[in-house]
Amino acid sequence: MIAFTICGSIWLEFVLKVKVLKRYKRAIKAILPVSLIFIAWDAYAIHQGHWSFDNNQILGIFGPFGIPLEEYLFFTVVPLAAILTIEAVRTVKKHWQVYK
Amino acid sequence: MTYTQLAISAVVIVIILDLYVIKTCLLKRKVFWTSYAIIVGFQLLTNWWLTSRNIVIYSPDAILGLRIASAPVEDLLFGFALVVGVLINWIRLGASDKQH
Repeated sequence: MIAFTICGSIWLEFVLKVKVLKRYKRAIKAILPVSLIFIAWDAYAIHQGHWSFDNNQILGIFGPFGIPLEEYLFFTVVPLAAILTIEAVRTVKKHWQVYK
Repeated sequence: MTYTQLAISAVVIVIILDLYVIKTCLLKRKVFWTSYAIIVGFQLLTNWWLTSRNIVIYSPDAILGLRIASAPVEDLLFGFALVVGVLINWIRLGASDKQH
């Protein structure tokens, strides 16, 4: 699923030259604070039993707070795909403003 | 709190941040809704994969029970909050970047 998300979005960097990966410092600054909040949410949800994972279908590698490695990758790859997507739309539709 | 309550809270928080606190006003822009339409399509696909194969399992006590593409409707709120949160931050950081 994570590989699918990477493949589905990463080509935008090269084909449309959206320069998101080039601006990796800004991407890290944009993603990290939000991801940390969602990782806290994930930790709470796992602890409370809101959701759980099939141990036979995950790698079985766990990071801090007992969160599977795939979840940490999710909170990196999904935000990056979202940024690549909005920058791709901005590249194709240059007249659509995001700043006043 | 249940997943339902947390997901609704997260959506309310990102809406307030976007429109009134950080004032990126992404939610009023075509560029955001076009990007979100692309993102949510892929989200439904990956949600369906992860839930129909029981890779991720949800506690019936934490959700309403309404499902879209096999995944709890709460997942759409969770995804919306994650995407809006990251994009607010990305666009905010770009405001000081001359190239945008």
